[in-house]
Amino acid sequence: MTLFLQLDFAALSAAVLACLACGLLGNLLLLTRQSLLGDAISHSVLPGLVMGFIVTGTRATLPMVLGAMAAAVIAALLISLIRRLARLEAGAAMGVVFSGMFALGIVLIEVSGARAVDLDVDCVLYGQLEALIWPAATGFSSLWDPAALADMPQETRTLAGVLALTLAGLALLWKELRLAAFDPDFAASIGFAPRGLSLVVLVLVSVACVAAFWAVGSILVIAALVAPAAIARLLTDSYRGQFLISAAAAVAMGAGGYGAAIAVPALLGLDHGLNAAGMMAVVAGFLLVLAWAFGPYGRSRRVAMA
Amino acid sequence: MEALLQALTFSGGYNARVVALGCAAFGLAAGALGCFVLLRGRALIADAAAHATLPGLCLAFILAATLGWNPRSLPLLMGGAAATAALGVLAVGALARGGRLRDDAAMALVISIGFGTGVALLSVVQSLPVGGQAGLSSFILGQAAGMSAADALLILWLAVAALLAVAVLFRPLAVLCFDADFAASVGLPVRWLDLALLGLMLAVTVAGLRAVGLILVVALMVVPAATARLATERLSVMVPLAGLLGAVSAWMGAGLSAAAPALPTGATIALVACALFLLALLFAPARGVVAFALRQRRLRREAA
Amino acid sequence: MSPTPSALELRNLSVAYREAPVLQGVSWRAPQSGLTAIVGPNGAGKSTLLKAALELVPRLSGEVRFFGQELRQARRRIGYLPQRASVDWDFPATVLQVASMGRYPRVGWFLPLPRAERERARAALAEVGMADFAGRQIGQLSGGQQQRVFLARALALEADLYLMDEPFAGVDAATERAIIDVLHRLGRDGRAVIAVHHDLATAPQYFEHVCLLNREVVAAGPMEAVFTPENLSRTYGGRLSMLDEAALRPSSPLRQPLRAVP
Repeated sequence: MTLFLQLDFAALSAAVLACLACGLLGNLLLLTRQSLLGDAISHSVLPGLVMGFIVTGTRATLPMVLGAMAAAVIAALLISLIRRLARLEAGAAMGVVFSGMFALGIVLIEVSGARAVDLDVDCVLYGQLEALIWPAATGFSSLWDPAALADMPQETRTLAGVLALTLAGLALLWKELRLAAFDPDFAASIGFAPRGLSLVVLVLVSVACVAAFWAVGSILVIAALVAPAAIARLLTDSYRGQFLISAAAAVAMGAGGYGAAIAVPALLGLDHGLNAAGMMAVVAGFLLVLAWAFGPYGRSRRVAMA
Repeated sequence: MEALLQALTFSGGYNARVVALGCAAFGLAAGALGCFVLLRGRALIADAAAHATLPGLCLAFILAATLGWNPRSLPLLMGGAAATAALGVLAVGALARGGRLRDDAAMALVISIGFGTGVALLSVVQSLPVGGQAGLSSFILGQAAGMSAADALLILWLAVAALLAVAVLFRPLAVLCFDADFAASVGLPVRWLDLALLGLMLAVTVAGLRAVGLILVVALMVVPAATARLATERLSVMVPLAGLLGAVSAWMGAGLSAAAPALPTGATIALVACALFLLALLFAPARGVVAFALRQRRLRREAA
Repeated sequence: MSPTPSALELRNLSVAYREAPVLQGVSWRAPQSGLTAIVGPNGAGKSTLLKAALELVPRLSGEVRFFGQELRQARRRIGYLPQRASVDWDFPATVLQVASMGRYPRVGWFLPLPRAERERARAALAEVGMADFAGRQIGQLSGGQQQRVFLARALALEADLYLMDEPFAGVDAATERAIIDVLHRLGRDGRAVIAVHHDLATAPQYFEHVCLLNREVVAAGPMEAVFTPENLSRTYGGRLSMLDEAALRPSSPLRQPLRAVP
């Protein structure tokens, strides 16, 4: 048990916290047909993240979040500029911006020597879940021992903070976010500024992307953002249900993926652990296929005019 | 610097020359085809397909390793990549068919889950008792350095074949992208043309994996085409221009990364293409930022 | 300044999408109360006029006053009914949740909706005959029912001026009847309704005032004075068919709705 707490608990909680924070925010993207914004953000925050890292030389969260958010805002501006000037559809404009910014981030990592410290391309692609350990744990009592908890890896503690922030934002702006997502014009006409609200969503998504980046890497963040919300969308028609089911799917994805990464090699007799972030995407894909095949709104719309 | 010059002037020996030529040919094909991909609104489908190649690459490697074949054989890996990429495209359609999930969500799902499945399989590959696993991860961000002449020639021929197909299908594809309903009304087989476009897109994607990598291969389809679109309205100009821009980006990017091998080739090529795009965005004659700002000021003055 | 300020006054309003002007120098004083139709061909800028007044689209120039005040001060007195097609009806929300959005200005930011406010929304639903559907997901409604829900949401605002973007678009005859009853009641209560309207045949029956718009105001005022074949053909640039002109005559036997040829 102590061994589990020391070796796996910090990584497992990081996986679950990352999926939960991203998965809950993903609902707001999915319901406003902005799932690709998550894609764009997770690709384009990379150069900002790297810049923040280069400037401070540490993995401190704040500078990286600031850098990432600056990059996200620049990306959003560029996308709308390109759409207007080049008259390109949104998808093409996004393709231009996020591949360019992702490429910039990769090149920055290589030329800046950031890789010599501990931000390398592998971390961008796969995350570093395996590196999160909690040596201070001595048993169950450590879970409520402030001194031991303070020794948790910083990534895990940051993710807990981000999830708390996300939950607070959702609770405080529950009706406002629903209004702005459903009918932004009406929201603006009664003085509930939808632009301000979508900026809040953009900030929360950027923060969650950066925090989850260490756990799952920059591409699998997209799975955490989109998959839980999509699974819930295939299963329910209620707004509250959408958030509850996506939360359950996010926990299943994080914990299930982490567990499968350990259990599957043991079953198959492989001597090498599987990549946990990758397995989280596999679990999400599995749940998505189930929801699609058997959910009420999966393969074809069930007409429920009673 | 000398290495860069060598790479750009094709004077680095037979191997380097073939690799530079292969990259440039790929850039040409990707840029030209990219115009149709862009105008038909398929940019993100191409991205989804590209990310979905990773599981196929890994599965092909595992299959070869189990059967005792050479797991580094590029045609085999390309075959596997094309198979799961096609599966990914089908999955986008299937997910969106119910109407509950939209295209954009379906594509984000295929991009991330396809890639994630590949990452998980990649860790399976790492545990196989054969050599050559390290090469597989270079398909993610591309690595032109160390490409064999045989690989480069394969890419070259694939690109040439794709270019020929684009040339042959130029007119019907142009009509399709301009107005699909009109194309159907004059008896063009719209479904088959769309399938052909998809097939060409897959071929070019797979051809680009070795050099540019699966994450950024879409950049070479979308960015040169978008750049060309800023410069011209006419498709007959746009397609060759995009091809040229793609070839120049790929050739310069591959040269840069050959000179500084730490730079992943794909990222370098994409950055060169984006730099060209930014130039066009600022200074394009009719659609550039500068021209737009001038016009907007005039309009405001007239309205006031 | 004037003793009875107009419900909506536009001075020299200009709007451009991309680079093409949509509205050019529109000046118009809507009456202080009663039902007004905005009529004009497709692309005349009718919806844009409402959106520009509410600052939903940026304006190039011009001033807008509601009851003599800036939008910011008058916001609580204004209710907007967007086009039904402008939202995603697949959205996971119930009929009551949508109608309740009309009470949000009374609740303010951050706070959950009190029970009393929810009951007001329920009453607004009852007013348009949708009380029995309160718990239904909005995607399961017919087009007419969806429009009624939007109307209930607007009514829940308890505004003095309603700006409605095509309230009759794509609804069944019963819903059209129900909506016009509600509008007439609003008019009797001394409220102002300004609605974008497409149907030339019903405009004179439904509305007391009209504003004929084609990028600029062609004519505006009381229906009987302004809604003439001459003004209409100026508005529609001569694209009005014979059938429509027949329908415009007071003694017209043509009862079915007619539209201008686009």
